[in-house]
Formats: sequence, C-alpha cells, structure tokens
Amino acid sequence: MRNVWTIARRELRVYFTSPIGYIVLAMFALIFGWFFVNALIIFSQVSVQAAMQPDMGGLNVNQYIVQPTLGNFTIILLFLMPMLTMRLFAEERRQGTIELLLTSPIKDYEIIWGKWLGGMLLYGCMLLVALVNFGVLFFYAAPDWKALMVAYLGLLLMGGALMALGAFISTTTENQIVAGSITFGLFLLLWVLNWATQYSTSAFGELAGFLAMPPHFEQFSKGVIELKDTVYFLSAIALGLFLSKRSLESVRWKA
Amino acid sequence: MIKVQGVTKRYGPVTAVRDMSFDVAAGEIVGFLGPNGAGKTTTMRILTGFLPPTEGTAEVAGYDVQEEPIEVKRRIGYLPESPPVYPEMEVNSYLEFVARLKGIPNIKISAAIDAALDKTSIGDVRGKLIGKLSKGYRQRVGLAQALIHNPDVLVLDEPTAGLDPGQIREVRELVTSLAGDHTIILSSHILSEVADTCGRVIIISEGSIVATDTPDNLTARLQGSGGAAELEIDGPVEEIEGLLAEINGVQSVSRGRDVAGHSTWLVQSGEQGDPRSQLAQVVVNAGWGLYGIKQVGMSLEDVFLKLTASEKASPVETAPVPSTVAEEKDGAE
Repeated sequence: MRNVWTIARRELRVYFTSPIGYIVLAMFALIFGWFFVNALIIFSQVSVQAAMQPDMGGLNVNQYIVQPTLGNFTIILLFLMPMLTMRLFAEERRQGTIELLLTSPIKDYEIIWGKWLGGMLLYGCMLLVALVNFGVLFFYAAPDWKALMVAYLGLLLMGGALMALGAFISTTTENQIVAGSITFGLFLLLWVLNWATQYSTSAFGELAGFLAMPPHFEQFSKGVIELKDTVYFLSAIALGLFLSKRSLESVRWKA
Repeated sequence: MIKVQGVTKRYGPVTAVRDMSFDVAAGEIVGFLGPNGAGKTTTMRILTGFLPPTEGTAEVAGYDVQEEPIEVKRRIGYLPESPPVYPEMEVNSYLEFVARLKGIPNIKISAAIDAALDKTSIGDVRGKLIGKLSKGYRQRVGLAQALIHNPDVLVLDEPTAGLDPGQIREVRELVTSLAGDHTIILSSHILSEVADTCGRVIIISEGSIVATDTPDNLTARLQGSGGAAELEIDGPVEEIEGLLAEINGVQSVSRGRDVAGHSTWLVQSGEQGDPRSQLAQVVVNAGWGLYGIKQVGMSLEDVFLKLTASEKASPVETAPVPSTVAEEKDGAE
C-alpha cells in the first residue's frame, strides 16, 4: 500500500509542477461554470413561468439543474480525461523512467494502482471544483443532498473507469499524442455506441447499447444506484487495470 | 554474489544474448566490454529483473532473478544507459521518491538522501530541477539514485557515456571509491575506463562471452603473438631501413613521422618478443645516434579489436597495429 501511495503522490505532484494540472482544472472550472450558470438562468426563467401557471406545481432543483449539468459534466470528461491519462505511462516509457519503476522492489500492480490513484486524485480536484458550483444551490434552494451524493458516486465510478481504460492505452505507446488520440477515440465511441439501439433490436444493438457509457451514469445522476450500472463501471475499472498490467508485462518482454 | 548460468535472450528471431555464464564474487568490480549491440545492456537488464531471460538462470545474492524478483531488486542499484530521472522534479524530491520506491523506512529517508548526495557530490544542486541540470550532473543524480538504498550490487550501464573528460574522471573515481562495499558491474565500450577501474573484464561480442580475465592478463595473453619497438634514430634513412630489416626475427620495419630531424621507426618482431637490446646494438655499432627506443605493447583496445574481429570473420593472421595513443583518444570520446 505504501508503494501505491508513493507512486500516486508523485503523480499528483507532477500534475501540479507541470502545467497540465492547472490547465485541466482551469478549463474545467470555466466550462463547467458556464454550463452551470446557463442551467441556473434557464431554471429561474422557467420558475417565473411556472409560478404564473398554478397547475405546474413546484419545480425540482435536482431535476432541472443538477441532472442536466451532470450530463454536461460527462461531456467535459470526454475531452479532459484523455489529457490526464495520456501521459501516465507513455511519458515514463519515453523518458526511460519506466526502467526505474520496473527495477524497484515493487509489484507491477502497485505501479498501476498508484498511477490510477494519482490520476483519480486530480480528478477528485475536478469534482471539488464542481461541488463549489453545486454548493451555491444550497444557499438559495433545498436540493436533495442524498441524490447529489449518489450522483457523485456515479461520477467517481465513471471517472475511474475512464482513467483505467486511458491508463491502459497509455501503456501501449511511448508517444503521448498517440495515446491521447486513441483514448479520445475510444471514449467518443463509448459515448455514441448506444445509437445502434435506435435502429437495431438484435443482439448487436443490445450489446452496443449496454457497452455505451453515458446511459449507465444516467440513473446515478437521478440519484438511483442500480446494480447493473455499478457492475458495469466496476468491471470497466477492473478491465482497464488488468489490461494495463498485461501491457506492462509486455513492455518488459519487448524492451 | 552474482551467478549467471546459460542465459539466453531472444527477441523474436534475434538472439541478443547467447548461452552466457559467469560468476561475480562479492566486492569485485567487473567490466562488460563490447561494441554497441553486443548484448551488454540486455545482460544487465536480465540481472536487474527488468527483462526475463528466455533460457537459463541468473542469481543475485542467492536469490533467483525470476523466482524472487523483489528480493533481488532490493539488493541491486541500477543505472540504465540514460539516467532514469524526471526532468520536472527537483533533485531532492526525486531522491525522496526513489528512496520510498526502494523501500527505505520513512525515518531513514532523509539520512539516505544526504548520504547519496554526499557520495556523488551533488549537494549543491539538491534544490534544482533535474531538467535544468547539465548532463554530468544528471548522470550523477542517476548514480545517487542507484546508491540510495546502499545496495550490495551496483549495475551501471555505460556510466560515463556522453560525459566530458573531467566528468569521466570524476565518475571513474566515484566508482573506484565505491568498490569494496559494493559488488559492481559496469559496461562500457571505452577500454581505458574498464582497464582502470575493473578487476576483471568480460568481453562480449554478438551476445557471447569471448574472453574473461584481468585487464593485464588479457593484454599479456595476446602479447605473445608479436612484440614491437619504436626507435628514434639520427642517421642515413635508406641504410637504417636495410640494416634493421636484416636483424634476425624482425618481421617488418616501417618509417614513422620525423621528430626533430630524426627518423622514427616501428619494428615488428616475431614470437621471440622483445627485440630492443638487439636493435640498440645494431644502431650503435653502425655509428648512428640512438635518441629513443621503447617497447610498444598491445593496448586493451588492440586486444578487444582482435577478439571481437576474430569472432566475426576468420582469425586475422597479421599482427595487430600496436598503439599507445589509443587510450588517450578513448578518454576524449
């Protein structure tokens, strides 16, 4: 565990000694803030209309602000996550520092978990930035904090899955740009796979629909924890980390 | 301390190391010598547990490299060909990171960092970013990294590659000072370096060991195949050449560059070895001025070239060109 922490700590530190961490966080704060403000303004307009029409009843803050902005959050992830994961292993391979890691008295899985955890810590910073925005809601309305917590659990799971898959792709190349491009391509595919369900009811359509990532987050964003979604994300994390380990072993064989 | 038995490493169809076996005793300094691509780095990577061998076994301090890699890695400090440093980290925090990786207990980390900085004399740059350091300093940070957990075995892959002559000497002195406490394996294609620092040389060519011996013995072993002497004479050039060539046992006479109006000659003799006294007698008897005479031994470079060349092609029959300047040239590489 100490070794995992050693690797993770260095990883987090590097995000902040190089500009990557600041850039990603700043871009995230800007874009997420923009999404959030828009949702807020639209909500306030809709509320005024709703107040004039008695039959509409009260509007739910979670449903009108939290849920759509969380949906937008996942879009930002699609773009920013590859920037976090692409360097994880590719940089080590290029610099030759992978040789230091692989000749130190630590296990391969400790290296991988450490890398993943390090990335997740920066992702955690992003989640905190988002939380500042949501915090504003608590001053002016009474959002359901339990539903928000469930949504955050979903974000952690989804981020973890993307981080693990991105980490794997980063192990396969020495070139960060290559890693970043493939990762972005894969993520984009995961986002649109469920389009197939619109025209296909065959097994293929179902499979594509199941493999798509955003639908699995949808329930979380509503405050609902479903077993199949949880299992989906956990298996994606396990798959990503497992493939990373295998790939790291092959780095040894080929180097 | 190190036991390598029948190690073979193949990359697909390419065999990088072929059936290699050798032992290294505790406290020894052994040099791997060979041209680029001979398999030095591959052998070192197998020893450090970075690469698994295709066949054969390697043991470090009694632990098998494949069976108990963690135990082996605890006891090895490894400096790869390019130092494994993070340019965006400061020397201090880099060494702290390595110390943790190597499993040094928290309370001993700062002492270990100080000791490593001290041994490699880089204390003055401890707060600097590694990326801003010169090549020589970066190399020493790499060495500090290899030393930090005070390992039994040090594996240094071309520790002086790319350094200037002054830095080369510093690294060499550092390596020599580490001898005794550590068993050291270093690789090089620079011969003088190996001759100066190593107690034993393993010459590798095309993945196999071609020779193992002390630097002196290696030179001596090949000396029998021909001695040579260099003379500086003041006298008629044509006569000198004729007379020298007539001496019993002399194989060839070639004229070198003139020095201060005197002609210089390189005389190769056969198996008999040292021809100097006979040469001196002939020159003095002829009434010429003898301004210098010295034996020209085969440098380690000649030995090396001879061994690695005969590995590739059929053995070369002609005596190798002796040289004394070769060593100085190497140092400047």
